[in-house]
Amino acid sequence: MTLHHITSTRRSFLAGAGLIIGFSLAPKIFAARAFEGIQAGGGEALSTMNAFVKIGTDDTVTVLSKHIEFGQGPFTGLATIVAEELDADWSQMRAVHSPADDKIYANLAFGLQGTGGSTSIGNSYEQLRKAGATARAMLVSAAAEEWGVPASEITVEHGRIKHAASGKESGFGALASKAAKQLPPAEPKLKDPQNFTLIGKELPKLDTLGKTNGTAVFTLDITADNMLYATVAHAVHFGAAVKSVDDAEARKVQGVVDIRQVPQGVAVYADNTFAALKGREALKIEWDLSKAETRSSDELAADYAKLFNEKGLEATNTGNVESAFTGNGVQTLEAEITFPFLAHAPMEPLDAVFIKAADGSVDIYNGAQFPGMDKNTAAKVLGLDPGKVRVNTQLAGGSFGRRAQFGSPYIQEAAAVFGATDGSRPVKHMWTREDDIRGGFYRPMYVHKMRGAIDPDGRIIGWDQAIVGQSILAKADLDESSVEGASNLPYVIPNLRVISHNTTLAVPPLWWRSVGHTHTGFAVETFVDELLEKVNKDPVEGRLALLTREPRHMATLKKVAEMADWGSQVPEGRQRGVAVVKSFGTYVAQIVEVSVADDGTPRVHKVWCAVDCGVAINPNVITAQMEGGIGYGVGAILFDAITLGEGGKIVQSNFHDYRSLRINEMPAVEVAIIPSTENPTGVGEPGVPPVGPAIANAWRRLTNSPVRRLPIVSVLSA
Amino acid sequence: MVTFKLNGQERSFDGDPETPLLWVLRDFEKLTGTKYGCGIAQCGACTVHMDGTTRRSCITPVSTVDGSEIVTIEGVTGKEADAVRKAWVAIDVPQCGYCQSGQIMSAVSLLQMTPKPTDADIDGAMAGNICRCATYHRIRQAIHDAADILEG
Repeated sequence: MTLHHITSTRRSFLAGAGLIIGFSLAPKIFAARAFEGIQAGGGEALSTMNAFVKIGTDDTVTVLSKHIEFGQGPFTGLATIVAEELDADWSQMRAVHSPADDKIYANLAFGLQGTGGSTSIGNSYEQLRKAGATARAMLVSAAAEEWGVPASEITVEHGRIKHAASGKESGFGALASKAAKQLPPAEPKLKDPQNFTLIGKELPKLDTLGKTNGTAVFTLDITADNMLYATVAHAVHFGAAVKSVDDAEARKVQGVVDIRQVPQGVAVYADNTFAALKGREALKIEWDLSKAETRSSDELAADYAKLFNEKGLEATNTGNVESAFTGNGVQTLEAEITFPFLAHAPMEPLDAVFIKAADGSVDIYNGAQFPGMDKNTAAKVLGLDPGKVRVNTQLAGGSFGRRAQFGSPYIQEAAAVFGATDGSRPVKHMWTREDDIRGGFYRPMYVHKMRGAIDPDGRIIGWDQAIVGQSILAKADLDESSVEGASNLPYVIPNLRVISHNTTLAVPPLWWRSVGHTHTGFAVETFVDELLEKVNKDPVEGRLALLTREPRHMATLKKVAEMADWGSQVPEGRQRGVAVVKSFGTYVAQIVEVSVADDGTPRVHKVWCAVDCGVAINPNVITAQMEGGIGYGVGAILFDAITLGEGGKIVQSNFHDYRSLRINEMPAVEVAIIPSTENPTGVGEPGVPPVGPAIANAWRRLTNSPVRRLPIVSVLSA
Repeated sequence: MVTFKLNGQERSFDGDPETPLLWVLRDFEKLTGTKYGCGIAQCGACTVHMDGTTRRSCITPVSTVDGSEIVTIEGVTGKEADAVRKAWVAIDVPQCGYCQSGQIMSAVSLLQMTPKPTDADIDGAMAGNICRCATYHRIRQAIHDAADILEG
């Protein structure tokens, strides 16, 4: 039996363990944690200091991460913050996912438990510093009691508790159980950041080892005795419903156990994954398209453009835009930019394992980005009290926004699939890559219309931008996430207007790594570049002159220009482009060097990147997120689109037609982190927005053609 | 009945002979280090070694592995595997980690055949392995580092 294979004995054991949450967390819960593959320390002998910190008799410190680990680094980052205030040694630190609890483990930026908006470090910084400092104070208090010495004479360093005068010394483990019984201080004393010894250091990540030998356990790796494997046949049109099913052939497939209709499609249950897939393949389904989206992407774009003539929702309107464009000698520039739907395509498609315990309660194992919401949703679908459902968050194979869905529609499907059985067998429900690519919840399609006005002295005096697309939050009024980055334009332009037009489609929208900045960053940074070119200003100098109110934008831009030796000779056949975007409180400036490859497509050789994310908790993680964000952004901007073809049918289906960047296309990346004492902000998303416009700006200089439609290759092949 | 050697041990499979090796490994052998990513040999997450070379297990019917020797991430050993793991850990290559078994199996195979690979060799051997976190920058570095470790 492997650690992640659940036998019935262990299952009933778990059923009890999951009920105990929060401050009263009993060691038993760690039985469940073992399925993560990333081990908590301390075996069963753990003492609870508070909701976030446990200490084992073996001196290990386990941090309970309220945020899901899917590569962006919260296990390491949150453990660093705790270790700093605890004066622990890095080698003793461990991290696991916390249980699902919307109160104790709330994201302080959201008010419920959830990971997103690059908030993991920012919202946890003070909370986990206090958790670490509290645990330290309790250890010190326990040592004082044990040794009969004043607490004020006790020091803690690298995981050792010492009393110099008496020569007494101890690790954390020996005092942990006594410490857990101490009264926590009302207001723990925090360190002066100048005395930080771990924060700001290049510490190795906590989750690397298991991810290099196959032992890290993801949801898809969880198995249980007598488990069913389930897949669902979905429509290839959004908004379609099942009209009729002929499952005769599917039922003949060896290993297929049952077939049931669920609201999301037709579920096939089998004894193994291949049988489930083969059974699904053999289904004959007729779909009702009467409520489906039947317009193609081209038709949608044409319909979107018509909205520019309508009034729209005013996001910002300062100065007098109309008169700025009609003044004497004013030059104008116009652009219309079309952005496609984008799928997130995390490496691990959506999946979940449902197991019913003897008492009728249910354990769910999944990559829960909103664990509390997943729990409540599953409870509703299964007709259970939420207290009878436990969400056991697992390591997830990427997300990029995909696993954070209001109302948990994926869990609705998985729960419906489980609920359609008698519950006697555990069910693993998985999406295939095709389900993922065609599953909707895309970065919405947008069309931007831009107008710029330049006065006779060459000053940019007017900026008029209209944005058409779905509201990710499905709002009827202004959705800030449709206009963020444009409505709060960092550039000082006296007459500024940004208008938003919401559209309604049957294609479900979702945030995609960096949300509104995926398109506003591109539109703003390419358009300002063109305006500056029109008045013969250098892209860096010209931006700096317009950023007078934004010192942190200026500093990152200056830093990246210095790194790239901006203005120096660029190799023959190459051009450079620059962009600077603030997103989620983090400032990122990038310079790219691009040439035209033999096949006529852009070849991105190098990216220089400067980032200001306040206090740098772990430079290793920050640099990795910049590298990864750049690669994710380059792939999307060059290659990616989800297209609705004729009649609204989804065109793409897998990685052959929804391209991912590959190693031979990855640019060299150089990252610099701006030293800062500001509160830390996130890094999971902010690396993405600048790279697209920087590439487009270089491409315009190389080819004299501005990029008006994404992905860039769609124009080249058209 | 199909019989093959899996990580050095004799194994047999008497289910549907069309079953891809990937699902035999994961569902029947409970070796879950080998991942599903696309099912059509586009992403490389399912990479294993079959008779000494890389193989996309998601499109390999188990009937075709009869008599073969299969090695997965759980069983890969030798100086190249040791060097690759050491290099991977040293610079924290993985982010989400889901594709990394496949990346490592491809990298080990590359170094077995080309102990001192150039960037072009790396591109050639690794372009079939997608990493959506785009850890490519560090994968390249780690392969060069592993080659240095092997050189001693």
